[in-house]
Amino acid sequence: MGIQVSLEKCIGCSLCVRACALNAITVAEKKAVIDTAKCNMCGVCVEACKKYGAITITKDSSAKINVNDYKGVAVFVEQHEGKVAGVSFEMLGEGRKLADQLGEKLIAVLLGSGMEAAANDLVKFGADKVVYFDSPELARFRDDTYAALMCEFVDADKPAILLAGASAIGRSFIPKVAARVWGGLTADCTKLDIDTEKRLLLGTRPAFGGNLMATIIAPHHRPQIATVRHKVMKAAVRDDSRAGEVVVKRVDASKITERTKILDFVKEVESTVNITEADIIVSGGRGMGKAENFSYIRDLAEALGGAVGASRAAVDAGWIPYSHQVGQTGKTVCPKLYIACGISGSVQHMAGMQSSDFIIAVNKDPAADIFHIANLGLVGDALQVLPELTKAFKERK
Amino acid sequence: MNIVVCIKQVPGTTQVKINPETGTLIRDGVEAVVNPFDEYAIEEAVRIKERVGGGTVKVITMGPPQADAALRSAISVGADEGYLISDRAFAGSDTWATSYTLSSAVKTLGKVDLIICGKQAIDGDTAQVGPGVAEMLNIPFVAWVRKVEEITDTSIKVERLMEEGYDVVEMPLPGLITVVKEINEPRLASLKGKMKAKSAEIKKIDTTNMTVDPERVGLKGSPTQVFRSFVPERKSGGEKISGEAAELAQKAAAVIQNLGVVK
Repeated sequence: MGIQVSLEKCIGCSLCVRACALNAITVAEKKAVIDTAKCNMCGVCVEACKKYGAITITKDSSAKINVNDYKGVAVFVEQHEGKVAGVSFEMLGEGRKLADQLGEKLIAVLLGSGMEAAANDLVKFGADKVVYFDSPELARFRDDTYAALMCEFVDADKPAILLAGASAIGRSFIPKVAARVWGGLTADCTKLDIDTEKRLLLGTRPAFGGNLMATIIAPHHRPQIATVRHKVMKAAVRDDSRAGEVVVKRVDASKITERTKILDFVKEVESTVNITEADIIVSGGRGMGKAENFSYIRDLAEALGGAVGASRAAVDAGWIPYSHQVGQTGKTVCPKLYIACGISGSVQHMAGMQSSDFIIAVNKDPAADIFHIANLGLVGDALQVLPELTKAFKERK
Repeated sequence: MNIVVCIKQVPGTTQVKINPETGTLIRDGVEAVVNPFDEYAIEEAVRIKERVGGGTVKVITMGPPQADAALRSAISVGADEGYLISDRAFAGSDTWATSYTLSSAVKTLGKVDLIICGKQAIDGDTAQVGPGVAEMLNIPFVAWVRKVEEITDTSIKVERLMEEGYDVVEMPLPGLITVVKEINEPRLASLKGKMKAKSAEIKKIDTTNMTVDPERVGLKGSPTQVFRSFVPERKSGGEKISGEAAELAQKAAAVIQNLGVVK
């Protein structure tokens, strides 16, 4: 087991050296040499050397399970206050596609209280089977309980694939499920596919702040689990002619052992705060100059029906709360329209918004990096352009 | 109060740029730093220790021998002890195997009341190791903590950042929290701290002094593997216009209208 370079096949071309993110490969005497102290066996070099096939990673897995016992695609359906979250419809849409590729069932798993009607509706949104865990204790997200019931579902139904939104909830308890069942978990995927020959889930995700994409597989473990980024997949469309099975499981409250206790939920005051859900985001950066000038951002966001975002510089200056921060140390967003105002475009900020469908940048500096990724760049002072844009938009309405 | 902080050494990504000709990451001169989210975790641990007036803050990392520098950096800002988990047997670990190895190492540290991790590392961005460690130690867990409201010997009350606001959550100890940037502003190392870090003894943890199931570590114990990786197609800049503010606004308004996203 390990990583090997074939001295016969290697021509010393250095493609692997350039591909390695860890600086673990050098070429000596026209052959690649791998420093095993630095190498983490990520496999990037194997891919880079595909033409020559000189690098191989051999791996035997400890997993003892029979992967053929696991069938179907399961989707965790997230709900907030009894309402199914938008990201879950995207999971149903994507899950249906994967299930069809495999010729297997799509199973929706819902945890909630008094949500029978919503559970039945999941069939209309593509599920062949719905497993609905019902209890007043499940009205709100709770780590231990959600994880325990999801593990119970995995043990009973043995899905080959399990998908969840890469939300605050999904990314909190799904790793616990994966830890317990020894499943293969890929975080925050932006693309899912099936290798139809090997019947494997291919989960593609950004790493290094979006500068590198990696496709992850879990060949010997089940389920293959992925959390998926919001607003990337197409939401399922309701089809009332669809039929399916709905299994309601009443959960005995006495069997729930929850260690954490939720004392309160506080909605953030600004109504425009939820930037991960928004289709339009107007974001301000250092170029806005001072806290008061953020009113230009808010006015435009309001005129467009969008949310307010900010760069780290604006948050650090105390102009706007952290919950609005877009970027590597803030939130990753992919709205249909992102308007960056007075944001120069650091690598970290762009990591959080570069997958937006359409980007408009307003900046005084014509050389600002943000213009490299903007679909439309406006070279001008955001403080002057924004009020005009807000006005223009109000007039168009 | 015995606090353990799990940290990771990552490339300082401010310098991660793409070579436009080869389309690969430029790594020359990229220094290794403590994962920024872990700096908040270290700071919070030190603050809690100061708040309750006693205890120890132990930092632990898994990585190559060079990761020693990350532990010393943590000691320079107030951590008491550093532990380096390093063994060839752990190479190729994914988040599952890393969680398993870290949780096994934590068990060698004696009584632990609270474990703090950064919400995620900025190289992999998975946010999976914190909850994984909690699960494998069978202790309760709260993610995305933006404030520690109260802490006693037996419980902690925190604010958990959610998409639309925050939850106030109470958790018994021992437990594990992962923290977001908002929680604090990490202090800078003092001269005294730097001296202490320089001379500190970093304790080594490997397969000779920790019990692990060899089937569950390294490549063998990792469910996931990288199938392929590639540099994403960069968006090339579109139209760039300059002019009077009103003209720019008119142009932008027309473009936005055509997108059909405004209801």
